[in-house]
Amino acid sequence: MFFGLPIISVAIWLPIIFGILVLATGDDKNAPLARILAMVGSVLGFLVTIPLYTSFVRDTSEMQFVEMHNWIARFNIHYHLGVDGISVLFILLTSFFTPIVVLAGWQVIEKRVAQYMASFLIMSGIMIGVFAALDAILFYVLWEAMLIPMFLIIGVWGGANRVYAAVKFFLYTLLGSLLMLVALIYLYNQSGGSFEILDFHQVAIPMTAQILIFIAFFFAFAVKVPMFPVHTWLPDAHVEAPTGGSVILAAIMLKVGAYGFLRFSIPIVPDASHHLAGVMIALSLIAVVYIGLVALTQTDMKKLVAYSSISHMGFVTLGLFIFNDYGMEGALLQMISHGFVSGALFLCIGVLYDRMHSRNIANYGGVANTMPVFAAFFMLFAMANVGLPGTSGFVGEFMVILGAVKANFWYAFAAASTLIFGAAYTLWMYKRVIFGAVANSHVAKLTDITLRDKVIFAILALTVLGMGLYPLPFSEIMHVSVNDLLVHAARSKLP
Amino acid sequence: MDLMTNLMPASAEIFLLIMTCVILIADSLIKQSGRLATYMLVQLTLMGCALITVGTHENGVAYLFHNMFVDDLMSDVLKLLTYLAVSMMLIYSRLYLTVRGLFSGEFMVLTLFATLGMMVMISANHFLALYLGLELLSLSLYAMVALQRDSAIATEAAMKYFILGALASGLLLYGMSMLYGATGSLELGEVSNAIQSGDANKTLLVFGLVFVVSGLAFKLGVVPFHMWLPDVYHGAPTAMTMLIGSAPKLAAFAFVSRILVEGLQPLVQHWSGMLIILAIASMALGNITAIAQTNLKRMFAYSTIAHMGFLLLGFISGDIEGYGSSMFYAVIYVLMSLGAFGMIMLLSRVGFEADTLNDFKGLNQRSPWLAFLMLILMFSLAGVPPTVGFYAKFSVLNAVVQAGYIWLAVVAVLFSLIGAFYYLRIVKLMYFDAPESHEPIIFGQDTTLLISVNGLGVLLLGLLPGTLMSVCAVSVQQSLLLH
Repeated sequence: MFFGLPIISVAIWLPIIFGILVLATGDDKNAPLARILAMVGSVLGFLVTIPLYTSFVRDTSEMQFVEMHNWIARFNIHYHLGVDGISVLFILLTSFFTPIVVLAGWQVIEKRVAQYMASFLIMSGIMIGVFAALDAILFYVLWEAMLIPMFLIIGVWGGANRVYAAVKFFLYTLLGSLLMLVALIYLYNQSGGSFEILDFHQVAIPMTAQILIFIAFFFAFAVKVPMFPVHTWLPDAHVEAPTGGSVILAAIMLKVGAYGFLRFSIPIVPDASHHLAGVMIALSLIAVVYIGLVALTQTDMKKLVAYSSISHMGFVTLGLFIFNDYGMEGALLQMISHGFVSGALFLCIGVLYDRMHSRNIANYGGVANTMPVFAAFFMLFAMANVGLPGTSGFVGEFMVILGAVKANFWYAFAAASTLIFGAAYTLWMYKRVIFGAVANSHVAKLTDITLRDKVIFAILALTVLGMGLYPLPFSEIMHVSVNDLLVHAARSKLP
Repeated sequence: MDLMTNLMPASAEIFLLIMTCVILIADSLIKQSGRLATYMLVQLTLMGCALITVGTHENGVAYLFHNMFVDDLMSDVLKLLTYLAVSMMLIYSRLYLTVRGLFSGEFMVLTLFATLGMMVMISANHFLALYLGLELLSLSLYAMVALQRDSAIATEAAMKYFILGALASGLLLYGMSMLYGATGSLELGEVSNAIQSGDANKTLLVFGLVFVVSGLAFKLGVVPFHMWLPDVYHGAPTAMTMLIGSAPKLAAFAFVSRILVEGLQPLVQHWSGMLIILAIASMALGNITAIAQTNLKRMFAYSTIAHMGFLLLGFISGDIEGYGSSMFYAVIYVLMSLGAFGMIMLLSRVGFEADTLNDFKGLNQRSPWLAFLMLILMFSLAGVPPTVGFYAKFSVLNAVVQAGYIWLAVVAVLFSLIGAFYYLRIVKLMYFDAPESHEPIIFGQDTTLLISVNGLGVLLLGLLPGTLMSVCAVSVQQSLLLH
């Protein structure tokens, strides 16, 4: 509670209500009104989440800002919300990105503006709910509800092959979720009739069941992360999604998967998590190394950044499953940082695409000559993607590598190769697109970014640099919760 | 006076029968132009039935006519929902039928007779009463499917429906006669007691059970007794398809639970095994075949098969939790199928049936509101939250897991995933594709309002499903297994 307001509920429902209002503006005649309403809604949505950070009590791992109401009495399901040091950052990340995607779609989206804006607002509310839900069914409902707006965003405003991508995205994620649902129901029956996630953390479960539950969760979360080998939907979805869709996918939706591992898999089935950690680490390292190599061969900019996302998320899962404090905190920081960086990179590609209607690297060259300001911003974000010290990308990667050294030298060795591959594919793309002589007449006609884009990029650039130079505000808030999680993960839950 | 009080529990049925006869006579005096009066009278009758059912509701269970008829909470709840479903079906189909010249007195009288049949099925406590209700319903439906005399496809559908329906009734009767032979009684409670006492001939009982379950499966339309369903759904005028696909599912739920639970609960280990096979086969065949359909009504027919399979899963657990979840599933399914068929009728015009997938192309550009409602209905049928279809699946899955059949729950969700594909395809057609025709959509205010309430209801019930869930659970708890 903050000034008597149920602040998390406000953060969830305010964007949704604004989304409905935006929908009510109807067809494209009222597009300007829809845009302004969406902007107001998203900015307000961001402002209301700020107290979550400022009033957050740092020295406890208890849930804060808790709200609890009866919801479905028959199954003992509650409308139970709360945040700890882990989820609070993701909520802020979500509400931070909503105004940015609204702004990014301001001019580019011309058809069905109201529906586009409303989808993002509603999705923002739902995603905040996913991070704040403390009841498993509430979590599940919001988790799946997220699919509907994203399905529409990809399918309606996406590129040429959008239908295939949208359906693939939907069915892939639904498969995982449904198996998770069975696992949740099983846990409900084991816990003596409670759907509280925190109660699940206490239930004793035999090893076989733990492993099966872990696998069910794995399908749900690994598809979202996405981990190798269930990652193939992501490049398709990213390539076909509109810029805003790609930004939300990369910046937030992928984090939902990793968050699921933190909130569900590791604390609920710690023994299975330890037992299968080797597999998880292997898959993570394959993602880091192999997908890094795959990214190197891409000719499509969006695909390249999509593969780079998978590779970076491999780092995150690696950090989670080496079970030490450096690894886990590094993974969380990497998630936040990747949110900013990949979001920014997709925005950069969006800027180019809007002007040239091509994502093909070969169609570019010498953009620095015509768009110098843009080239500078793009440079910064590319460097952050590489993990240059001083940018946010460095902090998380460095900590995960430190954690990996503690666990096993060869993990660290393989993981560190990303510093080379990442630099190779990012900088090589950057070089081909931005530097050199002006490649063709289309590039020659390019105009530099407008004030609106400059504002967006400046905000993101400041965040990326700020987090890189002074990560303490991000790490101190999660510290106690991460330690608590590690203690929890180390305790056996076998009966 | 004594007789009157004794008949109280059945007063809704009696009222409906009297009113149906009145309407039958009154309608013959009305010209076609005044058909609206009959329609209003039918709606009033249904409303009257609802008032009587609520008014005569008493706690506990009341028996009537030598235990042939039972009035309990479950029957009252199901009857109220039946009136609602029939009334909604009439509102949806008024314009559609008027345009096609089918908006006749016969249609309305047959609808009322079918309703009466459903009510008898819901309240029956005796094999004969069950059979009586079932036949009253079925015969009315056969005639309604054939009402469009000049349509070859409708006549064919009626013929198939009639022959296969008669076969199913025969199977059911044969099974009932065997059970009667083994237990010496037709009353459900006594049958149950006789089986429990262990004196009954086991072989005869199990044989009888097989026939009864086959008959039920025929009527529900689950695999391998589903052949009639796609043809009938496809061939019948959409209004009749809507009637077949909605309210009778409630009656079917009552029918199955009366026979299997009240009558044959002691044989649960035998019938639950049969139901598992039927359920898995239905979900598999229904969901996979639906993908290949281009006709929407046929697609919904296969989707019904899959849904009925899912509904049967609730019975497998053999406990009160499970029956409650099945009832909830049936109620939700009726609500969704009313909406889906309502949409088809809304989009149909004179001489044009909007019943192929292509007719839904680009609906979002023609009417964003209708597209949005259809989106909700489709996601609900697919079982995606936050729509109520999810909670229906959830409560059944919970019952299945609780009974220890985790593998079955996994099988069920995998087939749901396959099912999601064809519902998703409709959303895709509405939102991602360009419209094929730009004909304006003409519809009456009553249907627009109703479809809005129906669609939003699916969404709102999804946000707050607790009450309806509890109602179903409590009514099953208070009604079944008391004997």
